[in-house]
Amino acid sequence: MKGLRHYLNKIKPNFEQGGKYGRFASTFEAFESFLYVPNTVTRKGAHIRDAMDLKRTMTVVIIALLPALLFGMFNIGYQHNLALGLTLSDVSVWSNFWFGFLKVLPIIVVAYAVGLGIEFLFAELRHEEVNEGFLVSGMLIPMIMPVDCPLWIVAVATAFAVVVGKEMFGGTGMNIFNPALLARAFIFFAYPTAISGNEVWVAGLKNASAAGMQLVDGYSGATPLSDAAAALSNGAQSIDWSMGTTPIDWFYGLIPGSIGETSTLAILIGAFILIWTGVGSWRIMLSTVIGGLVMGGIFNLIGTNVMMDIPAWYHLLIGGFAFGTVFMATDPVTAAQTDRGKWIYGFLIGVLCVLTRVLNPGYPEGMMLAILFMNAMAPLIDYYVVQGNIKRRLKRAKVNA
Amino acid sequence: MSKVIKLRKGLDINLVGAAERVLTKGGDAPGYALVPSHYRGVTPKLLVKVGDKVKAGSPLFFSKEHPEVLFTAPVSGEVSAINRGEKRKILSIVVRPDGERQSEQFDTCPIGDLTRERVRETLLRAGFWPMLVQRPFGVIADTAATPKAIFISGLDTAPLAPELNFLVQDQGEHLIAGLEVLKKLTDGKVHLTVGTDTTAGVLSRIKQAEIHHIEGPHPAGNVGVQIAHIDPINKGDLVWTVELQHVAMIGRLFMTGTVDMTKIVALTGSEVVKPRYFKVISGALISSITDGNLRPQDAGEERGVRIISGNPLTGIKVEPDDIEGYLGFYHNQVTVIPEGNKYEFLGWAMPRISKFSASHSYFSWMFPKKRYNLDTNLNGGPRAFVQTGIYDRVLPMNIYPLYLIKAVMAGDIDKMENLGIYEVLEEDLALCEFIDPSKNEWQATLSRGIELMIKELN
Repeated sequence: MKGLRHYLNKIKPNFEQGGKYGRFASTFEAFESFLYVPNTVTRKGAHIRDAMDLKRTMTVVIIALLPALLFGMFNIGYQHNLALGLTLSDVSVWSNFWFGFLKVLPIIVVAYAVGLGIEFLFAELRHEEVNEGFLVSGMLIPMIMPVDCPLWIVAVATAFAVVVGKEMFGGTGMNIFNPALLARAFIFFAYPTAISGNEVWVAGLKNASAAGMQLVDGYSGATPLSDAAAALSNGAQSIDWSMGTTPIDWFYGLIPGSIGETSTLAILIGAFILIWTGVGSWRIMLSTVIGGLVMGGIFNLIGTNVMMDIPAWYHLLIGGFAFGTVFMATDPVTAAQTDRGKWIYGFLIGVLCVLTRVLNPGYPEGMMLAILFMNAMAPLIDYYVVQGNIKRRLKRAKVNA
Repeated sequence: MSKVIKLRKGLDINLVGAAERVLTKGGDAPGYALVPSHYRGVTPKLLVKVGDKVKAGSPLFFSKEHPEVLFTAPVSGEVSAINRGEKRKILSIVVRPDGERQSEQFDTCPIGDLTRERVRETLLRAGFWPMLVQRPFGVIADTAATPKAIFISGLDTAPLAPELNFLVQDQGEHLIAGLEVLKKLTDGKVHLTVGTDTTAGVLSRIKQAEIHHIEGPHPAGNVGVQIAHIDPINKGDLVWTVELQHVAMIGRLFMTGTVDMTKIVALTGSEVVKPRYFKVISGALISSITDGNLRPQDAGEERGVRIISGNPLTGIKVEPDDIEGYLGFYHNQVTVIPEGNKYEFLGWAMPRISKFSASHSYFSWMFPKKRYNLDTNLNGGPRAFVQTGIYDRVLPMNIYPLYLIKAVMAGDIDKMENLGIYEVLEEDLALCEFIDPSKNEWQATLSRGIELMIKELN
């Protein structure tokens, strides 16, 4: 390792102000500080510092994402083969996983390449250090995409999310909307066919006949959410879940859906990591779940159609509810920042998500818009919470005076 | 025992090198100095020149802003240097001691007979007035004001902090006298807050003040936190705070009529061979305390040590020279820790068992008793604020630290006032700075805010 350090020390002057590659200073710094925690020492204030930094924070989030990602890769192969009538007794877990891995890897590579490219460019222009924020966004974006989303759309959406969602506001820490969700929302409105309908969630389904795929009779690729929406629009008395899936399948995640969102179990492992390390807010996660259950419960009481009759807890298992709760709503930059604000913010996300799902079957997945809407509302919530603190302080002064 | 203030928020940082309860009497230092930058908002106007003979208590300079506030020599001797920096700014006024320990004389009388006017006069003339620190803003007390109350902290919870009970172990009488003197200065109460485990110490026997008990992690010992729980500062309030050893010095002054700025400091930190207590005089050259007591540094390594006057969270970095390398006026502690100017390969990704963190993404939560050897490495690069909710957990006050610091960054006077800048000093936000994963300079930022407030309110 000494050799690498010597090499970096040797080439470092080239990247400093006025050096041969001076304009790549931020890029060099990013790679150097990736390899080595810098030798910067404290100048003012506290002479000692906690070992925690943003690189560590982001690493924890990525580790928390891994169970859902790995399961998602397996599930892509599993769903693809299921469409062909092949179950786990026909195709091994490993080859299912490998199939999915090859599908997902290009999406991850494209998201990171485009996003980090833009991040580095802006860092150079601003003469700042490259921020670690995109390490997480770059992983989140692929995980909320349908597996067959064209790579160029992923690239365009990522570029939009990073430029408009983040850099325009000043970079990580300044943005209002969660960049990964913004990427998804961009696709949803700009290229709706790439991200809705029944065919996009299972690899190869869209061009099945052209590719000569022999589908099982009656296979639709519908997610539980679209089953429910279809039942509602057909005026059916009960919901006919495709492939006969049950809540336990939804919990394990053996259903079609976005790459990383299907397995509530894998997401719960991630939630545990985030809560235990303190990186993700348990207040937001818990209050979102409560919000979803409360709203679902209210609809159960009204119960005028099949969608309202879905047991409230089903909502937690299907669609992007779990993934959004654990990984999207808890983004500290775009969430409410006060503890009390976090309770309100999370609760309303849960409420809005179920509200959208039930009342707007044209777009069954309410989580994305619920979170984006509450991202916009978070500063307002915080404003009133902080205002409460200010009022108490003024009142205290009056009582004493 | 009165009601105990129990704090749940905060963070204790266990470091290697806490002082043993052993007292060494330090000899005379080669120099004693006043460093004007140790006081907030003081522009020094000199009253002496190099070569002048002075006694302990002879004025060396006064404050341009408040000419009645004198700053006096801690020892008798000769003014040996007036060190100046850029734009001829005065860095330090050094007195070389003559070993005769002469002092200016002040009239004594029974403490009960003292009037507020006389106390004020004597404290000002003896150069003890700067021991009275005024909140809001931590400036030297306004000589024309009468504070709502006076607060004294009887415990220090900072990393490696000295045991205050040990520092004043033979000062019981002086402390009591000092408290009686301070009572003359306020129409309100004199509050002394002590820990819950001081059953055996001097402090447990004191009845001459309003006694409060506090328990919990750092910053329980910060007087600002104690004020917030006893009688919070509102807009328009003035309160004063005094260091415990200064209370004893004030008592000594009024009992003996002489200036004796002797105090005990703890020499602490992982780079100290035998961390222990030293009896010194205020303003002593720091190297007179550290010389011969530091671990030998490995030859060939350019790391070096950092010498801090004060504790590792809030102290002042001092160079071991005779320009500014003097014990801080308000400090009871000298800390020596290793510099962290080294690279660590993939450090952010490693388990890092030996590193301390308040976050569970490291493993220090598994070893609550372990003592850590922390260096001065920043452990990351400066970033915009990202994480939220963590700062509130180390500030046991009814304040939103992140909003306050952002108001300071924005220079928004009204917001700073509304969000509680009157109630905090830098030391109260030091833990926010310590845990900040975005590595922002909270204390320096708050200083700017406080200076802006002082300017705007005048």
